[in-house]
Amino acid sequence: MAQDHKLAIFRGRLKFKSIQSKIWGVFTLLSIITIIEVYLGIVKPEFLTTNRLFALKYLNWIFLILTVIKAYYITWDFMHMRDEKMGLRRSVVWTGVFLVCYLLFILLVEGNYIFDVYKENYIKFNF
Amino acid sequence: MDTTVAKPSTDNKTWSGGNRPLNASYGKMMMWFFIVSDALTFSGFLAAYGFSRFKFIDSWPIADEVFTHVPFIHGNFPMYYVAFMTFILILSSVTMVLAVDAGHHMKKNKVIVYLFLTIIGGLIFVGSQAWEWGTFIKGTYGAVETNGGKVLQFVKEDGSRVALGDFATPIHSERTSQGSNEAIWFYSETLETNVSLAEVTKGFLANESLLIRTQYLDKDGKRIVLSRAESVAKLKSDGKSIIEGANLRHNEYGTPLFADFFFFITGFHGFHVFSGVIFNIIIFFNVIIGTYERRKSYEMVEKVGLYWHFVDLVWVFVFTVFYLV
Repeated sequence: MAQDHKLAIFRGRLKFKSIQSKIWGVFTLLSIITIIEVYLGIVKPEFLTTNRLFALKYLNWIFLILTVIKAYYITWDFMHMRDEKMGLRRSVVWTGVFLVCYLLFILLVEGNYIFDVYKENYIKFNF
Repeated sequence: MDTTVAKPSTDNKTWSGGNRPLNASYGKMMMWFFIVSDALTFSGFLAAYGFSRFKFIDSWPIADEVFTHVPFIHGNFPMYYVAFMTFILILSSVTMVLAVDAGHHMKKNKVIVYLFLTIIGGLIFVGSQAWEWGTFIKGTYGAVETNGGKVLQFVKEDGSRVALGDFATPIHSERTSQGSNEAIWFYSETLETNVSLAEVTKGFLANESLLIRTQYLDKDGKRIVLSRAESVAKLKSDGKSIIEGANLRHNEYGTPLFADFFFFITGFHGFHVFSGVIFNIIIFFNVIIGTYERRKSYEMVEKVGLYWHFVDLVWVFVFTVFYLV
């Protein structure tokens, strides 16, 4: 049971000799990502905050993607999802991903609509 | 190899737990069920935060103006402390997964050491969370609330913030406090602020270099600063009361909804960390008295470990949503 860990990350490009060294390797990766996030959050480079893709700033896209990458490594390596069967992996991950995407879509579109109503309405909320 | 089809059980038992679908033990599978449902609860909260933020997208507080404090050090350090908290939580996740691994190899003493470190990490995190709440409730500069429930903050001409106490001119006044024997529907007095609106207005009028910053953002995401004439007019016509710090009704940093979501979501997460620490302490003592040694399996450490990593996983999202985006 304990011996059959999968020790490679990055689709097999980086192989570790033991489970301990894999854990520390993943920890290093997560720390680097966090440092990049905090650095970008403090510096806020001009071209990342002024340009937008789908109404979201580049900077925010970077934060969201880095967050999902971190979540992936925590789930796959710390929670041993990499070592579980594909059925368990899919039933947990896809259920969550599907429902979360649906919920976010509905609520964010609705929030944006209400913002427009406040903004375009005859009654201004400016006192 | 990976297959999606569960193997038929070897003992020909279909019911009463005979099969092991997905080759995971019953306890681990139930922990995964719980984690999925709890993840949906948290995403519900975070999506509600996103909803409210999109609703007030042009007047939402900017996180790195709110969380700028580090314990024992004065000055403006946006996000450093919360980055430290994130680091601590990831580190405690590492010690947890090392404890799980030591458990697989039946090394009791190593499990004890790693679990102990995990508990310490969790306690540091909860303590930091409490400190962060304390600073948020106490507030930094103070603000004036308008009749419409918006906030007005005070800046110098170069855009740097000024605390209310620094320019408010003291006006001598006498105040008698009302007691419960004097009114029928008396519950308690309203919260008393250090300066009054009259004092702030007087100081603002006397100090020509001060300007008012509204809670609205321009198209680059910067706070809109009014001109001196506009500032004076705004303060006189719309100023209603003083806000110092944040609570569920008033928030000196901007819309009260921000404070509500902050208290609710980080509070709910902090409660998860707290329960995780309790679970860890319970299995810590179980390991010491040798329960899992006798059971010949440290799977309980693995199950609690799953929960602990989940708490870390949620924090990664809370961190992004509250402090970065």
